[in-house]
Amino acid sequence: MMFKIAKYIIFDILKSKVLLAYTLLLAIICTSIFMADADVTKGLVSITTVMLIIVPLVSIVYATTYYFNAYEFTELLVSQPISRLHILMGKYIGISTSILLAFVLGVCVPIAVFAFSTTGLTMMATGALLTLSFISLAFWASTITRDKAKGIGLALMIWFYFAIIFDGLVLLFLFLFGDYPLEKAMIAIISLNPIDLARILILLQLDISALMGYTGALYQQFFGSGLGIAFSLILQLLWIVIPMILALKIFKKKDL
Amino acid sequence: MRVLLLVLCLFIPEMLISRTIVVAPAGKITSLKNAVALAKDGDTIIVKAGKYNSFNTLINKQLTILGQGYPVLDAGFKEECLTITAHHVKVDGFIVKNSKTGAMRDYAGIRLHHTAYVTISNNKLLHNFFGIYVSDSRNIQILNNECKGSAIQMESGNGIHLWKSNHITIKNNYVTGHRDGIYFEFVKASLIHHNLSEKNFRYGLHFMFSDDDVYQYNTFKNNGSGVAVMYSKRIKMTNNVFKENWGSSIYGLLLKDISYSQISNNNFIRNTTGVYMEACEEISISKNNFNNNGWAIRVLANCINSKFIANNFIANSFDVSTNGTLNLNHFEHNYWDKYEGYDLNKNGIGDIPYRPISLYAQIMEQIPQSVMLMRSFIINLMDKVERSIPSVTPESVKDVQPKMKPWKNL
Repeated sequence: MMFKIAKYIIFDILKSKVLLAYTLLLAIICTSIFMADADVTKGLVSITTVMLIIVPLVSIVYATTYYFNAYEFTELLVSQPISRLHILMGKYIGISTSILLAFVLGVCVPIAVFAFSTTGLTMMATGALLTLSFISLAFWASTITRDKAKGIGLALMIWFYFAIIFDGLVLLFLFLFGDYPLEKAMIAIISLNPIDLARILILLQLDISALMGYTGALYQQFFGSGLGIAFSLILQLLWIVIPMILALKIFKKKDL
Repeated sequence: MRVLLLVLCLFIPEMLISRTIVVAPAGKITSLKNAVALAKDGDTIIVKAGKYNSFNTLINKQLTILGQGYPVLDAGFKEECLTITAHHVKVDGFIVKNSKTGAMRDYAGIRLHHTAYVTISNNKLLHNFFGIYVSDSRNIQILNNECKGSAIQMESGNGIHLWKSNHITIKNNYVTGHRDGIYFEFVKASLIHHNLSEKNFRYGLHFMFSDDDVYQYNTFKNNGSGVAVMYSKRIKMTNNVFKENWGSSIYGLLLKDISYSQISNNNFIRNTTGVYMEACEEISISKNNFNNNGWAIRVLANCINSKFIANNFIANSFDVSTNGTLNLNHFEHNYWDKYEGYDLNKNGIGDIPYRPISLYAQIMEQIPQSVMLMRSFIINLMDKVERSIPSVTPESVKDVQPKMKPWKNL
């Protein structure tokens, strides 16, 4: 039943033009960056910057909007003898598959064509995980409230917090406590933000030489090792699973 | 007839003087030591292939010593292998190995002391404490040798070690597994070219108090601490490659107290720091390529009047960083891949200056832990703001005429 719901949602989303526009936007950005510069590494750096901003934003806003737009469909499904777990998971699978599809077409394909390398693959994987975690967050934001405007507002706040404010706070924290050995604490703090986790995984591929200097070497040692990569992947998965569990908990008990 | 006799008289002593002595494991003379004892100045000793023990064989006569088929001179970790004290000696085509290691004395594979016009060529020096050790000498040629150290840190001296010498040529050598690849102290007017120094424990090239030397077409790759040059004047380093020297406080090229020197047409690729300059004066850094380094150039505030002209800075995490707010060095006509200006009159030169020191580089200077925020949105934003309205970064460091396109053929 879960997959049936997912299928309906995928077809519904594919009919809309918003996702098509998103795909095109990503594809145009990536291709033009690669075309404009002969240096592939520089292209990857620019794409990282763009990707870490746009992908979470579109994922969270689109998923939230879609959730509220299909609210009546949800109400209809709830009246049927289908478990709420299946309903929400079906929605999740449907929405995330379609947004991932857009990501694959818009980002993965250009990267595979122009810059197929370990760095490229890391970017594809982290981008995909980032998409999924922000859709999870979108579900959490949507289930927490009933009001569409509030939901979207909350989604935007979440994005704003993770994309910009969080790093600002980290910088402030570093300024205040710069005299203390913060290396280990930083690893813990960074894992509180899925965007930072994604960024660091990519960074390890792009700026290896800078990371080898001063304190960077320590991070390089940790995140560069098999254990560190496993650690950051698991954390990214947690960022997908935990908001989703929270959303499910709310959704199961919610009076629609 | 008379003429013939005269000619004969001229030649016979010549033939007598320049004898050839053959050393072979199964021959009449079975060790180099005996051969040297028998020889006179100007003789040639030919050593046939085989294994010979050589416990500090002293060469105190003008001899040409040639190895055929790489005979092995083995010091068995007991002594030095060869010591040359005579002028006009040539040692060619040997495998010299297993010199003693020691904390009190610098045992070497081949030692040259107080000599001149000596050529050491086509030898393989394996597992020696020091490979070739030259002291108090002049006009020495060290060509086409291969120095492979023991690759054990405690048992490694320098590959090619020179002390208080002048007019030395070091060409086409390969040094690996030693402490310092090539080490100079008080060496003047020497030429070092086409050497490859890699995977040494400390520096690929290390020199101090060595003025007027020229380094060309060398490659220094993946050494423990890169290349360090200190307290020298009038150095010329051109067409070298500094590559893959990685780690904290490891530099492609470290310059300390260097003055009136020229560094041009070099390639700095994938180093943690490409060039590090401390207390340097009047250095011209031109036409170099800086690719994929963490920091392309780190120039401390106590460096003055250095010129950075017509270099390429491509894909470095940071182009330039410094520790102070005032910097008296000059940047001109460089290509910076991070430059975002425009060129309205299409003369190939950007119309607005480029500031190679970013705000984030300054932050990193104070809080190294902030490396974790590299390439985050907030950092990019702050850099953009700082570039348009500079307040924290040193105002003096700017390239007024940045190139729009990279320099070709560097």
